[in-house]
Amino acid sequence: MTKFEIRGLRADVLISEDERQEILKGVDLTINSGETHAIMGPNGSGKSTLAYAVAGHPRYEITEGEVLLDGENILDLEVDERARAGVFLAMQYPVEVPGVSMSNFLRSSVTAVRGEAPKLRQFSKELQGAMKGLAIDPSFAARGVNEGFSGGEKKRHEILQLEMLKPKVAILDETDSGLDVDALKVVSDGINRAQSDGGLGVMLITHYTRILNYVKPDFVHVFADGRIAESGGPELAEVLESEGYERFVKVGA
Amino acid sequence: MTTTNTEPKAHSHGPGQIPVSKLDTHGSHDVNDFPVPHGREEEWRFTPMRRLKGLHDWSGSVDGTDEVTVDAPEGVTVEQVGRDDERLGTAGLPADRVIAQAYSSFERATVVTVPRSLVADKAIRIDRKALGGTAFEQLVIDVQPMAEATVIISNTGTGVRSGSLDVHVGEGARLTLVSLQEWDDDAVEVSQHNALVAKDADFKSIVITLGGDLVRLSPRVSYTGRGGNAELYGLYFAGDGQHHEHRSLINHNLSNTRSRVDYKGALSGEGAHTVWIGDVIIGEGTEGTDSYENNRNLQLTDGTRVDSVPNLEIFTGEVQGAGHASASGRLDDIHLFYLRSRGIPAEEARRLIIRGYFLDIINRIDSPELREHVMEKVERKLAAHE
Repeated sequence: MTKFEIRGLRADVLISEDERQEILKGVDLTINSGETHAIMGPNGSGKSTLAYAVAGHPRYEITEGEVLLDGENILDLEVDERARAGVFLAMQYPVEVPGVSMSNFLRSSVTAVRGEAPKLRQFSKELQGAMKGLAIDPSFAARGVNEGFSGGEKKRHEILQLEMLKPKVAILDETDSGLDVDALKVVSDGINRAQSDGGLGVMLITHYTRILNYVKPDFVHVFADGRIAESGGPELAEVLESEGYERFVKVGA
Repeated sequence: MTTTNTEPKAHSHGPGQIPVSKLDTHGSHDVNDFPVPHGREEEWRFTPMRRLKGLHDWSGSVDGTDEVTVDAPEGVTVEQVGRDDERLGTAGLPADRVIAQAYSSFERATVVTVPRSLVADKAIRIDRKALGGTAFEQLVIDVQPMAEATVIISNTGTGVRSGSLDVHVGEGARLTLVSLQEWDDDAVEVSQHNALVAKDADFKSIVITLGGDLVRLSPRVSYTGRGGNAELYGLYFAGDGQHHEHRSLINHNLSNTRSRVDYKGALSGEGAHTVWIGDVIIGEGTEGTDSYENNRNLQLTDGTRVDSVPNLEIFTGEVQGAGHASASGRLDDIHLFYLRSRGIPAEEARRLIIRGYFLDIINRIDSPELREHVMEKVERKLAAHE
């Protein structure tokens, strides 16, 4: 049983050396293991900033608040320590790292997170299985990290990492954007598999309700102007689907 | 890309020299044809003259000795020759005073011949350990028509060394030349690699510069027949106070010739300085040239300096492709963030990224042992500033 709590989180985006702008204006959210929370909101409301700030992205600075994983403030930890503690971020725009092969990267990553190097044969088998589940061609293992991948291929690989790293909490930042329906199903299946043992808490950031047909949320939160403006059950997504975000954009403006 | 150059002589120094370029393809074997440089000259302005240990205005005696081991497969001949051997200095003229001085002052020379149609079954290795002092040398590698060989030259030890390496790649022949500069921290090397690439010949040069106080290496390529291909790859890593300077010149003096230049460097530590000058000339009246050059530099710490200057001069409208790229910068913190966000500790993430950065150059080396050796050396330098 894991409890992931965001308390009073405020954060700035660092635009240049002496220019910054406050994006998160006091975010409170609690996710227990097994729960799926959809964070929905208009573009520019700060959803991605929330994801990046929690993961420790260098372009954002947290000015107030805490993020507790089973009571421990992960904001005191380095980026890699947060990941090893069990927080995973699937990025909206995964980075290409030329020359570092996907398999090498995954092995380093799995070794770091699990605290010991997996046996090579066992690791290969596990990786091949996970890739197959996400309909990723085996040849991708030898390619550079995200190098020359299409948008959809990058998203599949983010979920591949989710399945390999088995975190306690996963923040999925617009994992559905840019995917066609077939790819969306494949990716959603992956998320559901990762959650199947009931241990994983999911923060699913999305602009559209489409993915919620495949990944069922327990809670839906509307994010506007840097904070959660309204929370509810799955039915809130349907309201947003029919009414859009206008109501919240006006509030934020 | 095809470029139309309606005024091909715009770059001319004056009448009567065609093709003419500000990129100097001329030179001389005679040291007296070059004035003593002061350091402000275009070809010397990046070089710290004081650290040349007198090479630019030589008046001392040749007192350096080397320990040389040659390992050549059957059929390949390796000869020690004197000054009068006609094969010396035949692939290109010395382009500056130091190289001309070396040609004027050398006492011994080595000629490696890969006879016609011989496909060498293993690499020819020349391991040279300099044992101090100053020495000038000449090396000739003659790969005769239809022959194939790999030559690996390893430079270690200390001293002040200068000279030319003249390479002939005969018609339809293939040569891979790996030159490792793994000098001790106080060594100085100024050298020129001249290659003459014949019809349908294939020349691949891989320069790995990791050591020395000052290394200035100038690979120069010209063609003697159509269909010639030259690929120059380089990897350098300058640590505290090291000066690594690479100056390539590709002279597409004939039609239907191809070249690629790809040099990648890293700098780490106070006073690390790297220079890359990439000159390409596409000669008047030629057609079908395909050329591209690229230089990348990774500045890993403060206090480093990079100079990167691509020069492309085109004297014809009939070019198949010609381009260049140069970029220098720090390690991308977003790359680091991505790897670290997957639990990989910062130092390991750095190592992975830098390994990846150099990988495409290192993978040009055929020998797995040599690839591993270079990677290990790179990682050792990397560790110095962690």
